[in-house]
Formats: sequence, C-alpha cells, structure tokens
Amino acid sequence: MPASAPLHFDGSFADWKRVARAALASGVAPQQAHWRDAGAAQIELALDAPAPERIVPLADPDLAAPSPRVPRAFLDLAEDVARHRDPARWPLLYRALWRLTHGEPHLLANPADVDTHALHTLAKAVHRDIHKMRAFVRFRERATEAGPWFVAWFEPQHHIVEANAPFFRDRFASLRWSILTPGRCVHWDPDSRSLRFTPGASRADAPADDAAEDLWRTYYASIFNPARVKVDAMLAEMPRHYWKNLPEAALIPRLLAEAAPRVQRMVARSAEQSAAAAPTPGELEGRARPPATGDLAILAEAAASCHACPLWRAATCTVFGEGPREACIVLVGEQPGDHEDRVGKPFVGPAGRLLDRALAAAGIERSACYVTNAVKHFKWEPRGKRRLHATPNAREIAACRPWLEAELAAIRPGLIVCLGATAAQSVLGHALRVTEERGKKLPGPFGASALITVHPSALLRLPAGIEAEAEFQRFVADLRQIREVPDARPSEQLPGSPPAST
Amino acid sequence: MDLPQKLSVLADAAKYDASCASSGTTARNARASGGLGSTTGSGICHSYTPDGRCVSLLKILLTNYCIYDCLYCINRVSSDVRRARFTPDEVVRLTLDFYKRNYIEGLFLSSGIIRNPDYTMEQVVAVARKLRLEHKFHGYIHLKTIPEASQALIDEAGRYADRISINIELPTATDLERLAPEKNGERIERAMGAIRERIEASKEDRKTSPKAPGFAPGGQSTQMIVGATPTSDAEILRRADGLYQRQGLRRVYYSAFSPIPSASGKLPLVAPPLVREHRLYQADWLLRFYGFGVEELTTPAQPNLDLQLDPKLAWALRHREHFPVNLNTAPRPFLLRVPGLGVKTVDKILAARRWHPVRLADLLRLKVPLKKALPFIETPDHRPGLRELEDPALRARFVPPPKQLDLFADGPTPPALATPGSEPPPVPTAPPSLEF
Ligand code: SF4
Ligand code: SF4
Repeated sequence: MPASAPLHFDGSFADWKRVARAALASGVAPQQAHWRDAGAAQIELALDAPAPERIVPLADPDLAAPSPRVPRAFLDLAEDVARHRDPARWPLLYRALWRLTHGEPHLLANPADVDTHALHTLAKAVHRDIHKMRAFVRFRERATEAGPWFVAWFEPQHHIVEANAPFFRDRFASLRWSILTPGRCVHWDPDSRSLRFTPGASRADAPADDAAEDLWRTYYASIFNPARVKVDAMLAEMPRHYWKNLPEAALIPRLLAEAAPRVQRMVARSAEQSAAAAPTPGELEGRARPPATGDLAILAEAAASCHACPLWRAATCTVFGEGPREACIVLVGEQPGDHEDRVGKPFVGPAGRLLDRALAAAGIERSACYVTNAVKHFKWEPRGKRRLHATPNAREIAACRPWLEAELAAIRPGLIVCLGATAAQSVLGHALRVTEERGKKLPGPFGASALITVHPSALLRLPAGIEAEAEFQRFVADLRQIREVPDARPSEQLPGSPPAST
Repeated sequence: MDLPQKLSVLADAAKYDASCASSGTTARNARASGGLGSTTGSGICHSYTPDGRCVSLLKILLTNYCIYDCLYCINRVSSDVRRARFTPDEVVRLTLDFYKRNYIEGLFLSSGIIRNPDYTMEQVVAVARKLRLEHKFHGYIHLKTIPEASQALIDEAGRYADRISINIELPTATDLERLAPEKNGERIERAMGAIRERIEASKEDRKTSPKAPGFAPGGQSTQMIVGATPTSDAEILRRADGLYQRQGLRRVYYSAFSPIPSASGKLPLVAPPLVREHRLYQADWLLRFYGFGVEELTTPAQPNLDLQLDPKLAWALRHREHFPVNLNTAPRPFLLRVPGLGVKTVDKILAARRWHPVRLADLLRLKVPLKKALPFIETPDHRPGLRELEDPALRARFVPPPKQLDLFADGPTPPALATPGSEPPPVPTAPPSLEF
C-alpha cells in the first residue's frame, strides 16, 4: 500500500492553497493525498487515518516553499470550483494542480480531458447557482426606525454568498438590505457603504411577507398564457427546490389546473360569436386535458382538480398513479376503491394487498413498477352505509384516458400490465374479452407491449378454497411473464457506441 | 378600478408579446449615482410561468384602449375585452416597487393607440423619462414604439431605452392587409431603418467620446405572429433574414398565434402547434450562428419546416452527400453542420483535437447526443458505413424508441470524478503562468 498524507485544512480555498503548496513541495502524489476539511469530515478522520509509519512527512506549509507556477485560468477556475459543495472537489483540484506542475501545463486547454471536464462541470454548477441567486432572491420590506430595510431569505446550493455580494451591492446601492442564508448572511448599509458578512441564519429571521407580493402574484398570474402550457420548459429553468422561497410559485398548480378550462371557454365563446363551424360543447367537455409535461408530480397536481366527467363529484379525491418515472413496467387497474379513495393512493386496499402478494410470488418488486388506474376517481353506489364499487362506463373511461396517456408518455414503459377489462380497454383503445386474451402480450401504445390479465379484485370475490388458490397461481403465472424479456425492439444505443468507461 | 385590477388587465393584454429579454445592453450600476438598479449585459430571468416563458421585465401596456382594429389583437377597437389605463406615475411606482424586491430586471412598456400616435408615444416616453431622470433608475427599459410617432419622440425614447422595438406583426404585405388594415409594412420598415441609423450613429459617437448620449444600446427587435395566416415557414424565414440584413435587428421573435378571447371570425380557432414556433427559432439560430442560408432550410416542395426533426437534422438527411464529417480534420463550418453539435461543442472539439485525436469517449464527456450525431461523423474508433448513411430508414431512427425492459439489470452507476486520462503530446512552450 502506498504511503499516504492526511492534509488538514480549514475548508476555505485560501487554506487549501496553503496546504496544497506544502503538499506539492513535499512531493505528495494525488493518490497519496487525503484531504481533511476541518469543517466537514470529523468522523471519517478518525476512521481511516493511516497508520503513522506510512505517512508522508509534510513540509511546514508556513515556511516559504518555492511557489509553483500555474496558469491564471487555473486560479480563477479553482476558486469557482472551491465554492462547490461536493467534497470531492478538493482531491480533484489537487490532481489538476499536480498534473499542471508535472509536465502537463496545457491541461486546461483540452476541454475533453477528464479532469478539465470535471472542473468545468463543477464550475458550471456554481455559476448557475450564482445566476439563480441573482434571479430568485426575493426581498421583503420591513419598516424600521432607520427607514425601510429589505430582507431576503435564500437557500443557495453552493458556497456563493460572498461571490454574489458585489452584484447586489451595485444594484441596490441606495437601499438597506440583508440576504440571509443557512450558511452565511450578507448585509449592506447605504450610509456606511459597506458589506458585512455574518454566520448563517434561519428562515424565521426574515420577514414572513410583504404587501407587494400580492401585486406580484397578480402580475405573474396575468402574464401567464393558458393557451400555451410548457411545464417542462419552466421546470428546466426554475427547478422545484427553489419554489419554496418564491412567493409566486404557490400559484403554479392552480394556474395549470385552470389553464385548459380557460382556453376551452375562450374558444367556445369565440365560436359562438363568430357562429363559425366550431366543436360542439360535447366535444369540448368530457375529456381530461393534462398539461403538456413529463413531470408526474405536476400531472398529479393538475389531475387533483379534474372535472372532465361527473365522477369527481361523489369521490373524495383523485387517486393518481404512483411509482418511479424510470419504471419499465406500468400496472394499470380499473379505478380506485373505497380504501384508495380515502387514502389517495392506488392499490392500497384488499385488492392491493392481494396484488402485492402475487407480485412477490412472481418475484417482482412493486416499488420498481408504476401503479395506476384507468379511471382516477372512485365510482360507487350507496348500499346501506357502504359505498359499493360500480364499473365506469365507456364515456368515463374515455374522459379519463388522457391522464393515463400522459402517465405512459412520461414513463415510456416497455411493458404495460392491464389488470382487467377496463384497464385493457383504456390502454388498447378498444374492448376485449379478458378470458380470451389473458396471458397474451399485445402491441400497446408508445411501442410498449400490453400484458392482459385479470383484476385482483376478481380473485377476492372467489370463496376461499382450492379453486381460489388455483386462480391465484394462474394470476402469479401471468405476472411472471413480466420477467421475460419482451420482444426485440430497437435499442437505445446504436451499434458502434463506445464502452461506457474511458 | 383599483391598481391590482388594472395590473391584471394590462399585464394580460401584454402577454402576447413574446420578448421579455433584458440582455444585450451596456453594463452599468447604481454604485456611483446612489440610484437604483444595474444591468449586466446578459440579462436575468427572475421567474418562469407555466407556459415556459421567462419573466424578466414587468411587461405591461400603458393602456389597452386602442383605436386600431388589428384582427389578431385582443385590444383592437372591435373587441369587447375589459379596458384599463395606467397613469405614468402608477407604472413608475409599480416598476420601482417590483425592482426593489428583486422581482424584475426592469420594464417593458407598450400601449394601445389612444387619440393619435404622438399622444400615445408621449405618455410612454414620460414613464421612461421619470424613471431615468427623477428616480435615477438604472435597470432595463424596453419601449415599444409606434411607427407613426414623430421622430422627436422616437429619439427621446431611444435615449432612455435599452431596447426599442416595432412589431412587424405579420410576415407579408397581404397578411397585413387582411388582418391589420391600418398597418403598413413599408412604413414599419422605414421607421426601423430610422432607428437603425440612430443606433449606429450613437455607437460611432461613443467610440470617440464615451460621454455622448446613447441610443437604445440593446438594439432593436421585432415580433411576427405565426399561424394566424397560411404563410409558409419559407416566407417567414425569408422575411426574418431580410430584416436581420437590412435593419441589423438583434432578434426576431416568433409568436405562435394564440386563440384570443373574442377573436374575429377571420382567424383560426385553434393555435398552431407550439413546436412550429420552436422550429422557427431553431432555424433562426442556424441563420445567425451556423452559417446556413435561408434557402437551405426549406425546399420549394416543402416550404414548411419539418415538425418532427430539428431543421439541422432535416437538412443533413437531405444532404447526406456531405457526410460523414471527420471530427479530427474537418474545418469549423463543416463541424457546425453536424446534427447534435452546437457552437460551444464544436469549439471544444476544435480545442481538444489539438492535443489528441477526438474519440467517442471524448464526445460522451462533452455530452454530444451520440444517437443523433453518430451516423454523420467519423472518429478513429467510429466509421459509419456508407450503407448506413444511405439507408432510407435513417430518418425513422430519430423517433425515440420506448425504453428497454431492464428492471432486473443493475441501475446506472452515478458518474464519479474521473482519474487522469491520457497524456497530451509534449508542448514546447509553457502557457503564461502565475504564482500559485
Ligand atoms: S374520473 Fe378522470 S376524467 Fe373523470 S373527473 Fe376524475 S380524473 Fe377527471
Ligand atoms: S395597434 Fe396594437 S394594440 Fe392596437 S389593435 Fe393593433 S396590435 Fe392591437
């Protein structure tokens, strides 16, 4: 085992440079260097401190070691990289420094080099965070004796408060302001014209609201054009983790839910006025209109206020699908039951437990599948005090189908398991006899196969006994087919693609 | 009507203008003047609405009363939309209140035409004047000008504004005649030409004396509505290309026609697919940054852009004789024509190949979409067969296939920080260096 060198520093870039200089002077190779950030990894320090005899002796960092020369571009880049949160930045920086001073002075000129590329990737994330902070800080005004004070609460992803302070100073030079973050806070006083930094704060230290936010939300809601919903474009630039500190973000689910009805009303009104040939009201209504997005959370939010068919009236809530977006298998049932309707999750009642048992017996992990229903609201009839399941009709299935399509489009599964006739009808677009097609794989939407089988609740209706057990085994046998490799389909990777490693 | 109601009406009326850019102007800030605001040159989007558009500026109309009758416009005189009108002071206050809370980069102000063009323009200019002179506001200001307004007013607008725009609205004279009877394409272009002269003159002046007054340093832009008339993409792009050449515009915005409340019967009831607008923007970039000529993007037989493929890929499939391109020897203009290679990637490839032959692993690292690029490129470890390039089914390949069933395969391993790669060739001189 090669000798190693624990390199202790206080977590700052300046101190890292000081220690790196000493390590370089002592000939510590990158693979021997073990960076110990005093601010971060205390436990790790005790665990894997190397045995003393194998430690490389380190020159005293404070004695003037001959300073190696590095390109200016490296210093600038390194300072940005050091602001990143990833603890792996320190060994990476040291490796780059080592290579620069050991025969590769042009390292940074090659953007395809692994280390150069890694450095730029980290720096890019930092730049993006700096930019997003400039965009998403929201000041709230607080009245004080000394006049208005503008205070913001912000949660950056990286260590960028110092780097960004001059931007806010130059922009808001005439205001008194503070930006509070969990790690570091910055304050500007226009009278003394100075920036001041203090340790991290908490959200409660910032004002809870500001009268102007209502106006701002009015503006945000009005400038949104419901006729062109592009949720993914929004999410790419304004990821969800920023939402909690943006006063306008709370409006997004409502704006999305109302978008389609607004456009429908608008079109209907124009059609009336111009008396031109227009879609009939029946065509305009009666079909769910999911927002155009592959974000399942947004779809679920929008579905929560769907009124495209009458089923929502008697149900407690919309039961949207659940599972990972990366799932290769989607299980589609008929509709939520009594239990699901109260909990808001699919397949959690008796039928869900039976399904879980059958999946386990077939050797399939439910958590790797996406589980949903053809119809998202519980349809029922009162029977005494009980709510009795009622089968959704073709119009309801068609009204709800866009939600299922949106889920499938987002997930693009290889296989869709249709549990029962309603599911099969919704997935394949036409009715079929489950007893005849059961166990078959038919061509489904988006190039997926559709495996047909029974709905687990059908098994629940059988009296316990030999027959029920045999039916259960048949169901398990159907589900086992999930594990079989589906029919050959064009692969995502083209022939001639390189191996994944470099 | 109270302020929130006015804001709601007058923001709603402004949303059909696609531009919200706060970029391209000179950098300045409030540090010395003690005023408010700064600009950085690259612009900041402070929020995004669910239509995917950036919210950078407070984009409002001074009023949505209008004496004109442009049929595609929600504010036309014959529309029964709710009307409102801000006073210049209200707009100033809103701008400053929003700016101080860091909601916006500045103001984009336009207006319906009330009484006459000069009266309207005077009100718009008054807002900008107050912001700049009374409140020492250094944020971004974009003013929409009215082509018929007097030159003196347009000149004053240019002194306060970072950007000036006049919308040409529709790509052809016939379209304008049909849908915007009071507007005149020639007059619009003449007004643009006058603005262009002023912008260029002020740039010249400032070269010799930096204190000379600026004129719209962020340049001028315009907008075209797409899909309200049957005009083809070829004609739209030709018009845009002409405007870039003749008027030196910074940007042409394409706005997919949105069905508007109380629309006229001469208009389609449904919006064109948004992807058409997206393809036009892609084609526009190819014109400006990739060296494409306007006639290369469409063909006489197919005057509209392919909605399924991006225009560069569509071009490459029509011109397979130019491929494969050797990534290690081809000059820059050829690399720019390869599907999947953007300007930045091309420049990185050019830099990397000075040190070692570029291979597929390098492309992966540079995040090149290999699936798209592979049939068109050649590297030491990848030589596509000519048969592949000639395969008529090649186009079909670019439709994304469904995922493979890999439930039982190992998940992808997270990318780790890699170890040093191959050594670059020895170099004679060391780059300029600093003490570390
Ligand atoms: S059942 Fe489906 S279509 Fe009907 S209201 Fe519920 S979610 Fe909408
Ligand atoms: S002049 Fe402008 S505001 Fe008036 S109708 Fe025409 S486009 Fe609309």
